Amino acid sequence: MIKSFVVGTFEDEKVLFPAVKHVRKAGLKLHDVYTPYPVHGLDKAMGLRETSLHTAGFIYGLMGTMIAIGGMGWIFAVDWPLNFGGKPHFPLPAYIPITFELTVLLSGVGMVLTYCYLNQMMPGVKKHHFSPRATDDAFIMVIELTGKSNEEEIKKFLADNGAIEINTQVAEEGWWFGRYDREQTLYRSDEVLA
Amino acid sequence: MDNRYVTPAAYKKSYMAFIAIGVLTLILGFVFLNPFAGAHGDNVNSTRFWAGLLQNSTYFLMIVNVALFFIVISTLAMGGWQIAFRRVNEAIASLVPIMAVLTFIILLCIILGNRSDIYHWLDKEAVAHDELLNHKKGFLNSWVFLGFSFVVLFLWSYIGKKINKLSLESDEMGPMDFDTAKKWTAKNMTWSAYYIVLYLLSVASILPWLWLMSIDPHWYSTMYSWYTFASTFVAGIALMTLFVVYFKNQGQLEFVNKEHLQDLGKFMFAFSIFWTYLWFDQFMLIWYGNIPEETVYFKPRLQGMYKGIFYLNLIINFVAPFLIFMKAAAKRNYTIVTFVSIIIIFGHWIDFYQMVMPGTVYNNPHLSWFEFGIALGFVGIIMWGVSRFASRTPMTAMNNPFLKESIIHHV
Repeated sequence: MIKSFVVGTFEDEKVLFPAVKHVRKAGLKLHDVYTPYPVHGLDKAMGLRETSLHTAGFIYGLMGTMIAIGGMGWIFAVDWPLNFGGKPHFPLPAYIPITFELTVLLSGVGMVLTYCYLNQMMPGVKKHHFSPRATDDAFIMVIELTGKSNEEEIKKFLADNGAIEINTQVAEEGWWFGRYDREQTLYRSDEVLA
Repeated sequence: MDNRYVTPAAYKKSYMAFIAIGVLTLILGFVFLNPFAGAHGDNVNSTRFWAGLLQNSTYFLMIVNVALFFIVISTLAMGGWQIAFRRVNEAIASLVPIMAVLTFIILLCIILGNRSDIYHWLDKEAVAHDELLNHKKGFLNSWVFLGFSFVVLFLWSYIGKKINKLSLESDEMGPMDFDTAKKWTAKNMTWSAYYIVLYLLSVASILPWLWLMSIDPHWYSTMYSWYTFASTFVAGIALMTLFVVYFKNQGQLEFVNKEHLQDLGKFMFAFSIFWTYLWFDQFMLIWYGNIPEETVYFKPRLQGMYKGIFYLNLIINFVAPFLIFMKAAAKRNYTIVTFVSIIIIFGHWIDFYQMVMPGTVYNNPHLSWFEFGIALGFVGIIMWGVSRFASRTPMTAMNNPFLKESIIHHV
């Protein structure tokens, strides 16, 4: 879906925090804030709800536990019981290491994939960069333009709150392999040389 | 700062009551349990008396010592986040010399009283006819036992005192400039480095062999010391957390907030799993190998009289903290954290119980007035010692160079 965004660049964390709070108070739709490093407390200031990634991890882990115990139990106790050194057919202590490994494996891999899905990232996926400085030395606040909001008002609002650079960008939201933003180059050597 | 801690009357009353219960139990033990009956013969009560004292004294000494260990590791790792409540650790660590003396007296009584019912290797005649014990004679004898225990307990107390002194000095030094802070931190680190080497040689290896593993002298496990360490470390963190919550309730520790509480909760959560990992390692290898001289350790615990305690141990020390502490919100809730801390301290006390008792009183386990009474006595001593330290010292180390890091700590 193609949307327009107003992009404000901030150079100081101390300016960014009040601005984020004001944006929410003003009822504007905050798309995201891009920072060069994880900023403590920014998630709370942005009003993001707590991630449910760990719940997903717990469920994946539980699946791993059940697959391991159920699988080994069915194979060695039901389908083809064998006698291993006089141990019982369902020797739980001997199953624990494999159960543990499978739990960790499923919860680990599952969480990574879920994380990628939630962030709509994947190796090979191209994303729109609102400003290359977000990877270097600036904090980029992106506000989505909806039917209710006025572009000029938002620009003025950002300027009042200390944004040093403001522009409007049109970008496609979503998760596409390869074909999206193909032409964008983050860094051009001739630009720097000139 | 005028915000000095004054011990509330109710707190004073409760620790007096606990210590009184402990002393009363000890006296009743002397009267009813017949502790001087000697090691030979069928006097199980006599064995129960000394085994109970051994279990309680070693357990409470080791968990008190964890506070000192925690200071040391966070100093060496330059972990600044715990400075806001570091004085609580120092308060608990101030009990190390007292507990060391009590433990040493008990060990001395056991060795000098020749209690071969507790430590079978004390029985010279049996050792002479026992090839295994004869081989271990160079290590398992009274001299090594008492000598090593004495040296270690003395050094714990001494280094603890030094580290504590440095911390108290910083109160008088005023805000430090860069060079002073650097020198002060370097001094701290030097003593911490000495201590951590000592800790490796004591709790992480030789002390549990001597004090606890030699109760079953024919049996050995290379996991044992780490297992003991993990057990005491979780319980020690739980004890610290309880006092952090207590002092926070008393209006002290102004910089401690839920972020610190959550990290303490994480420590308990992680090391409960670590403990389980070691517990399981020790159990599974022996269970799978199924060699009689190894399984002899688990026979009474898994199939004998101690079956209930064996499973209770696992539920209370692994399942409970694991499930309760899994969510971040639980680790930030004062009530839940307090509840789990108490569970963990009790659980690892039970763990020590099942380490000591099956090898000493065999099929006559008691878990009643004597064991609990002595444990309450030790709890009373810990409460007394902490409040004694706290009423003399400001509870926030204002001039510690890492204090700011602790104030802005954010999980």
